[in-house]
Amino acid sequence: MELEGIRLLATAFTITIGIIAPAIAIGKIGTNASEAIGRNPEAAPKVQTAMILAIAFAEALGIYALVIALIIKFT
Amino acid sequence: MEVNIPISLKAEPIFHIGSFAITNTLLLTWGVLLLFIVIGLLLRKKWHLIPGKLQMVFEFITEEVLNLMESVMGERSKAERYFPLVATIFLFILFSNWMGLFPFLGSIGIYEHHGGESVFVPFFRSPASDLNFTLALAIVSVVMTNILAVGSLGFFGHMKKFFNFSNPIHFFVGILEFVSEFAKVISFSFRLFGNVFAGEVLLLIVGVLAPYLIPMPFIFLEIFVGFIQSFIFSMLTVVFIATATASHDDSHEHKAEAIGQMA
Repeated sequence: MELEGIRLLATAFTITIGIIAPAIAIGKIGTNASEAIGRNPEAAPKVQTAMILAIAFAEALGIYALVIALIIKFT
Repeated sequence: MEVNIPISLKAEPIFHIGSFAITNTLLLTWGVLLLFIVIGLLLRKKWHLIPGKLQMVFEFITEEVLNLMESVMGERSKAERYFPLVATIFLFILFSNWMGLFPFLGSIGIYEHHGGESVFVPFFRSPASDLNFTLALAIVSVVMTNILAVGSLGFFGHMKKFFNFSNPIHFFVGILEFVSEFAKVISFSFRLFGNVFAGEVLLLIVGVLAPYLIPMPFIFLEIFVGFIQSFIFSMLTVVFIATATASHDDSHEHKAEAIGQMA
């Protein structure tokens, strides 16, 4: 297989496989945060801020996979 | 569908001063700086005790950021001491992201000819889609965190966190902490770069596929992402400063209390 074909495949697989774990992580964070807010609605702002921070960390991992995929495709 | 979509990972240089390349992201960064200077001068000239509209907006932003910082750091005095750095990072990234979305800015450019094929080079590009910009901000943030920690704890107080010879386990934890400082730089820069660059590519592709009306929700998404990323960058800076400047005696209850009180 020639280089262009392998490059396209590599790009697709990098982002596809790399995004699975962050997606699951963000789902779990959201679930637990929603549960915490449901149990104690008064603490909602604190839970929300902690949730947003944790989601940013998890999303950053997905972004790393995306950046590698873009580097493979465009250079 | 053979369309020449101008996506380039590196920022494209527009012209050169000597041997220094002025890229399109640098041009827009200068634009953001100009905006800051203009707003700053306006606020200074029209400073009243009873605030007008522009002053009210910035007083609101100041109050909210100070309250958020106070809830993480524990004391208002600490929040006020570290406020300039955090607020600058927040507003700088926020305005860069939002100005990158401005209408028409992405489409004004020239066609350059590179070895036979002509590539479209826009004059302006979102500053955070350039790894140089995000890397510089990340380095500023991490270096300032360490400098502020040294200022608050003293040089040896801060170095004791990394080079702790009392215990083999503490030694390894110290080495890990040292490495994680560099990991923070990479993490900060790539998070912002990835989000903004991916957003740019997304808007470009959507604009090529369906130019009328369909890009609207994507532009809303980009506005939202721009705000969230600047908020995340500054919040993480605040959290790292808080944990770095917390003095070691009351660090355990204080840290836990501060992070638990994040609201």
